[in-house]
Amino acid sequence: MPPRTVYLDHNATTPLHPEVKKTITEAMEYYGNASSLHGFGRKTRELIEQARANVASFINAEPEEVIFVGSGSEANNTVLNVVACDRRDCQSCHSCGRARSEVITTSVEHPCVLNTAACLKERGNVVHFLAVDSDGLIKNDQLLANLCEKTALVSVMMANNETGTLQDIAASSLAAHQVGALFHTDAVQAVGKVPVDVKKLGVDFLSFSAHKIYGPKGIGALYVKKGTPFCPFIRGGHQEFGRRAGTENTLGIFAFSRALDMRRAEMDSEAIRLKTMRETLRQGLISTIPDIRFNGHPEDTLPGTLNVSFMGAEGEAILLYLDLEGIAVSTGSACASGSLDPSHVLLAMGLSLEWAHGSIRISLGRETTDSDIHFVLEKFQPVIEKIRRMSTTYKRRP
Amino acid sequence: MPENTAWAYSELVKEHFMNPRNVLDDSENFQESGKGLVGNPQCGDEMLMLIKVDPEGERITDCRWKTYGCASAIASTSMLSEVIKGLTIEEAFQITPKKIVERLGGLPDRKIHCSVLGDKALRAAINDYYRRSGQADKIREEKRTLVCQCLNVYDDEIEEAVLEGAKTYIELQERTKLGTVCGGCREQAETLLKQYLQKHFG
Repeated sequence: MPPRTVYLDHNATTPLHPEVKKTITEAMEYYGNASSLHGFGRKTRELIEQARANVASFINAEPEEVIFVGSGSEANNTVLNVVACDRRDCQSCHSCGRARSEVITTSVEHPCVLNTAACLKERGNVVHFLAVDSDGLIKNDQLLANLCEKTALVSVMMANNETGTLQDIAASSLAAHQVGALFHTDAVQAVGKVPVDVKKLGVDFLSFSAHKIYGPKGIGALYVKKGTPFCPFIRGGHQEFGRRAGTENTLGIFAFSRALDMRRAEMDSEAIRLKTMRETLRQGLISTIPDIRFNGHPEDTLPGTLNVSFMGAEGEAILLYLDLEGIAVSTGSACASGSLDPSHVLLAMGLSLEWAHGSIRISLGRETTDSDIHFVLEKFQPVIEKIRRMSTTYKRRP
Repeated sequence: MPENTAWAYSELVKEHFMNPRNVLDDSENFQESGKGLVGNPQCGDEMLMLIKVDPEGERITDCRWKTYGCASAIASTSMLSEVIKGLTIEEAFQITPKKIVERLGGLPDRKIHCSVLGDKALRAAINDYYRRSGQADKIREEKRTLVCQCLNVYDDEIEEAVLEGAKTYIELQERTKLGTVCGGCREQAETLLKQYLQKHFG
C-alpha cells in the first residue's frame, strides 16, 4: 500500500465506528440463544428487543414493524418474494389468487432488485421498469400511467447508490396507494445519511442496512408496516415474529443499533461537512480538469456522493491509477467493477456510452477530511492527464 | 487471493500499467510504415498500433500505440510493443494474445479480451504495411467477415473455436469473447456456430 491512503468509497461500505467496535466486543459475552428459556437466552432476548426498539425508532416505526435480516439484498428479495407467492390457501398474501400480479420498479435500482424483478417476470408476473430523466429522477406521469388495479407492488429506491440521487418517495407511495398497491423503498443508501421517517414517507416496506453507516456487514433490517401482507422468504423458525427464520445475529443486531445511536449524534453535522467537502471536490475538479461532467441530481442527492465522468478516459483505468496513489474510489457500483458493462444507472439517465464508460463514483464519509480532499485533487489531474495522453479518443482542445 | 479473480493483477502487469512503454506522444513525428486501429470506444475499448518496418529484412524496428481502455489493455499492449521490436513481420503476425498474457504473468479471466485487442491492432498494422508496400497479396483478412464489431471477432475465429470444442454460444463466447460487450452479434454468431458445427461434426 502507498504511504498515504484515502478511502472514498463509502457507498460501497464503511469502516466500523469505534463505538460500534466496542459494542461488538461487549456483545461477544452474550452467547445465549434468544429462543432459550434460561437466563442466558432471556438476557440475549432482552438485548435484541432493546435493539429492535432503537432501530425501529430511528425510522419512526414500531418495534414489531422491524425484522432483522442478513443484508439489504435479503430485505429487498423478501419484499419482491411476497409478490411471487401464488398460493391460494395461505393466510393473507396480497397477491394470492393472482388478483394482483403486476410490479412496478425503476431502471436504476440496485441489481438485487433489478435481477429479482426480472426473475418475477420470468415467473409470469408483469413487471414495468420506469425510466428516469437526465438527473436520475423517475417520471411521475409514467408511474401513474403504469399503475392499475392489478399492481401488487411498487418498489422505488430512495437514494441511488451510484449517483446519490434522492427520489420523491412520499409522492410515489401516495400514488401507489391510490390504486391499492403496496409500496416498498430500498433505503439502504439513505437511512443514516438523510432523515428517513416511514410515517412521513407513507411506505409499506423499507429496506436498510448497517454496513453503509459504520456498522458491520451481514446485518440488515426490513420495515413492514403493521397489517401489511407478508410472506417469509426464509422459513422454518419462529424468530423475527415468524417472518425470518434463523438464530438471531446478536453481534450484528447490537452493533446495528449502536451504529444508529452514533448516526443520531453525528448525521446532521456530518451531512453539512460532507456537502462542503463534496463542493470543494467538485469545484477543484472543474478548475483543474477540462471535459468532465457530473452525474445525478445537483440538489436532491446524498451529501457525500459525487459521480463524475471524464471524456476520453476509461473508468477502470482511472480507478486503478488512483488505487496506485492510495485513493479508493469506484466505477459505478462495486458489483459492476470487474465487468465490462457500463453503468445501467448512467445509461438510463441518457448518458452516452463514452461518458458512462468514463465514470467514477466518489463517496465521502465521517473520517474524510479537508486534507484528504486536497490530496485527492492533487492526484486526480495528473492521472486523468496521463490516461488522456494515451487515449485514442481524447482530442485536446487547441 | 485465488488466481484469476477480478483484481489479481501480477506485479509485471502493474509495472507496465504504471510505466507503459512505447506510447505515442502526439508531439513526436513518428513515421509509421503501417497503422492499425481496432475496437470501438462505444464498447469501452479502442486500440491504435503504429509500426515502423525496415523494408530490407521486413523487421519491425520500432512501434507506438495508444488506447482508450482499461488497465489490462494498457499493460498488455505495453508488453506487446516490447516483444515485437526486432521481429520480422511474419513472426510478429504469429504472436498470440496467449503469449502476451503468459509474458505478463497472467491476467484475470475477464480481462483476457483486452490483450486480444492489442494483437488485433498489430495484425491490422501489418496488413496496412503490406497494403502500403505493394504486397496486397499478403494481406490476411480479405475473405474474413467481421462478426463482433466490439471486439473484432471474425468468422474464421468462430470456426477455429468450434474446431477447438465450442459447442454452445456460451462456450463460443468463452473462447472468442465475441458478443460480450454490446451483444448485437449474437444472432449472426449463433447461425455461424450452427453452420460450423454442421460442417465439422454434423
